Amino acid sequence: MGKVFKFDDDVNTDEIIPGRYNVTTDPKSLAEHCFFEVRPDFSKTVKTGDFIVAGENFGCGSSREHAPIAIKASGVKAVIAKSFARIFYRNCINIGLPIMVSEELYEIVEDGDEIEVNLEEGKIKILKDDKEIKSKGFPEFILKIIDAGGIVNFLKNHEIGELENGI
Amino acid sequence: MGTVAEEIFSRKLSRDVSAGEIVLVDIDVTMSHDNTTPLAIKALRNIGKPLFDKDRIVIVFDHVQPPASVESATLQKEVLDFIKKEGITNFFREGICHQVLVEKGFVLPGRVIIGGDSHTCTYGAFGAFGTGVGSTDIGVSYATGKNWFRVPETFYFDINGSFSKGVYPKDLILKIIGEVGARGATYKACEFGGETIEQMEMGDRITLTNMAIEMGGKTGLIKTDKITEDFLRSRNYPYSEVVPKDPNYEKTFAFDVKDLTPQVAVSPRVDNVYPVEKFQGTDVDEVFIGTCTNGRIEDLEIVASMFKGKKLSPILKTIIVPASNEIYFEAMKRGYIKIFMDAGAMVCNPGCGPCIGRHQGVLAPGDRALTTMNRNFIGRMGSDEAEIYIASPATAAATALNGKITDPREVI
Repeated sequence: MGKVFKFDDDVNTDEIIPGRYNVTTDPKSLAEHCFFEVRPDFSKTVKTGDFIVAGENFGCGSSREHAPIAIKASGVKAVIAKSFARIFYRNCINIGLPIMVSEELYEIVEDGDEIEVNLEEGKIKILKDDKEIKSKGFPEFILKIIDAGGIVNFLKNHEIGELENGI
Repeated sequence: MGTVAEEIFSRKLSRDVSAGEIVLVDIDVTMSHDNTTPLAIKALRNIGKPLFDKDRIVIVFDHVQPPASVESATLQKEVLDFIKKEGITNFFREGICHQVLVEKGFVLPGRVIIGGDSHTCTYGAFGAFGTGVGSTDIGVSYATGKNWFRVPETFYFDINGSFSKGVYPKDLILKIIGEVGARGATYKACEFGGETIEQMEMGDRITLTNMAIEMGGKTGLIKTDKITEDFLRSRNYPYSEVVPKDPNYEKTFAFDVKDLTPQVAVSPRVDNVYPVEKFQGTDVDEVFIGTCTNGRIEDLEIVASMFKGKKLSPILKTIIVPASNEIYFEAMKRGYIKIFMDAGAMVCNPGCGPCIGRHQGVLAPGDRALTTMNRNFIGRMGSDEAEIYIASPATAAATALNGKITDPREVI
């Protein structure tokens, strides 16, 4: 169970982590400046196991991987958005930050609501009205990367050509 | 058979490939810069494999160059240690990565290029498939020489007509983004064609493909032609033809540039686009001319012609950053640098300049900047209480001359 931090459409990577804080690769210091300008309370109030729920095109803008790293290091269990920007989507899968696509969730939860998420089954439970919804699934080869905990872990034990079997 | 994107992947895999297919392909060039290379090295080390082919790796220091803080100097030192240890020879410190890769002949028709920078979509101006990725994907290509892609569907932009005086390709791409929206082309290849494009030089084509990401595009593409061929051959780089064959476009957008006027994207969204005249007279504190979008010699030529013999107010910060050393040298040769400095502009060394918000013109709270950049997000140039407007080099120059947002048609 975790709390929802709700964001609107088109949250960009400069909002997630402004360029001038990209001066480190240390996940903890990146987390300290996560949403530093648009939601200054975020890094102080987010707890391990909380969730980000957002509208369309979450993570648009720069290719900086500092953005999903900052979110992951904040303790966020999953980002659930109506849609994701392309580079950000790839980066999350690669670094093992769980993401889910759901149009419905954004419409029914408010900031601060509590939800429970079953990542394996793609199920999201909204506690206030005891409702359960399902997120969209992933292609099989992406599941292979997700199951390994990211592409780096996948490649520790597999050749990249093995991804093709799931394509 | 297909769109330019499908043609490139089909050629690469020696079989017909269509949009929607997920493919694993050899990466011709893997590019990253001072901001994204440190995490790519981390990914490579964590994968635990050696470099697959160091000659297909290009590293460019451009974002904060030379380093402006102990932190960035330290990260760049780590990258330099990696470059020395691995014997990477394609290392450059002479301008913005996208411009340097073009000048050095890494961007060739039919190539698949990934870059740890979202504006890697620029390379499609040459019929190459360039797309931005994160650092881990760079590390994956370091270790394997390959990466996976979903072959994108294509939006086709059919551009016709001639630009009026004072109106430029930057105004066109802003207009397009304003209409399509910041997420209107998410995951799509944005292919530009039509008679306007066919007559456009490479520098202006680059301005268009560079901003495909600002509508969510995976890449921007333009088929190759005589202009592409002349550009490459004049530098002794190989040319090959990449053109669509019986393409099936998901959507076609038609634009006639005949009636287009100068445009401006207003803080804090790139798709917040209006005619410049709507903001005519708005005070600005900084004008910045440069970037991978508009820091080329053609852009500086426009600005030099407008600044010649004029004096800018020293209250206004006017900053000019040529996109590469090659462009800087050419601007010196043509006398532009003298014109800029005589006018009172500050000319900084080639690189990303203030577009990264860490040096060479950081904005204070309450500042308003008019720039030739490709993004105007909150906090991008420094304070989150500053505003960024983006426009063409001509609008930027006209604005610098008046200290207020100015339609360039009034000055030219």
